[in-house]
Amino acid sequence: MTRKRRRLYILMLCAIGLGSATALTLTAFQDNLVFFRSPSDIVAETPPQGRAFRLGGLVEAGSVVRDATYDGRPAITFRVTDGAHAIPVVFNGVLPDLFREGQGVVTQGVMGTDGTFRAREVLARHDETYMPPEVADALKRAGHWQPEAGAPPPPNQWNTLRGNNAPAPTPARTGS
Amino acid sequence: MENAPTQDAPRQPGAPTSLHRFANPGRFLRLTDNWLPWLAGAALLVLGSGVVWALLLAPPDWQQGETVRIMFVHVPMAWLAMGGYLGLAILSVMSLIWRHPLADLTARELAPVGAAVTALCLITGSLWGRPMWGTYWVWDARLTSVLVLFFLWLGHVALVRAFDDPERGARMGAILALVGVVNLPIVKFSVDWWNTLHQPASVTRLDAPAMHVDILYPLLWCTLGFSLAFAAVVLAATRAAVMERRVRALQMAAARRADAAPATLRGARA
Repeated sequence: MTRKRRRLYILMLCAIGLGSATALTLTAFQDNLVFFRSPSDIVAETPPQGRAFRLGGLVEAGSVVRDATYDGRPAITFRVTDGAHAIPVVFNGVLPDLFREGQGVVTQGVMGTDGTFRAREVLARHDETYMPPEVADALKRAGHWQPEAGAPPPPNQWNTLRGNNAPAPTPARTGS
Repeated sequence: MENAPTQDAPRQPGAPTSLHRFANPGRFLRLTDNWLPWLAGAALLVLGSGVVWALLLAPPDWQQGETVRIMFVHVPMAWLAMGGYLGLAILSVMSLIWRHPLADLTARELAPVGAAVTALCLITGSLWGRPMWGTYWVWDARLTSVLVLFFLWLGHVALVRAFDDPERGARMGAILALVGVVNLPIVKFSVDWWNTLHQPASVTRLDAPAMHVDILYPLLWCTLGFSLAFAAVVLAATRAAVMERRVRALQMAAARRADAAPATLRGARA
């Protein structure tokens, strides 16, 4: 065995060892690496009282109520849903630009005794879709998508769509 | 250098090694001397048109508005940070197994550029996150793993330069780079394995890209431009490093001759 061949084998052994060690560690940490918990997780396993955690999901359509407290601070209530369960949230503060009904959010706070989540911080979660305003309008006009109700249709229906044309989801038109 | 032997010529211990060691770098210098102007020119051309396309002609996003334009820098930087690290890993394998001196030099010059690109990725992402998410930074799996990637780049820069013997430094850096490779799949798949604040991939996914072509095409064009610029910068830096090392080798040889000459003179006088 040449020295180069031996070095290659040693390197491959190290790679296998390191790779499996990392895989095992990541599997062990699987549950601890979540950034937020869904409403279903909370219903299944209620966190202890007074313990701060992050609750994530979609803002339920039609659930946002913008009010103010007696001292003039904003008081926003909405429900965070993952389709199966929904948890009411109350928040006194400034919402990020992307906050709207149907948008993903991650809120941090504590669960109140009345089952309402008291958020100290609300972060908006952007999904992976990027589309020009005209295309979004065209989809909405044609009734293919209501942003309040959830995720947009599959991208191959709109990612070559021309916004100023009458919406024709399939086959998509390219060029103008 | 013109008639230097090829790379795998056996090296006798104790024999003068400098010619063998620089055989390949010599060919590298000649080749890149031809390529580099073209590469830099293409990078300027693509990046220049890409800036106009991405910042002026591309449409805004329906809910992010003009803020979406940060992505035209952020995403190429993120891809280059990971692609560059993959390159560093390949160079490290070549360095550890074949003891290729040019791989050592390229890795040494690649790392600062990779660190800069990763820093730009983190900064642009942070500037986008403030108006969109509502925060500059969160400790979710994607952001944290990219921060680890940045520290790996920085660690490589520091470690390679921490030894008096450059060969030893290169070997330590190569080991660090290879250990750090486990972070690459974590960066890539963090958004799929765990729930994160960062959105999942829009372009590199099995389904059709979740990005309208009017935004996707300028993004790909900018990515090409930044990649060409990245390659040009790394090549230029590596060329400089090869020449620097060559100058040092010549100076050492001259010093040895100067050392030897008076000794023989003394010997003649005695």
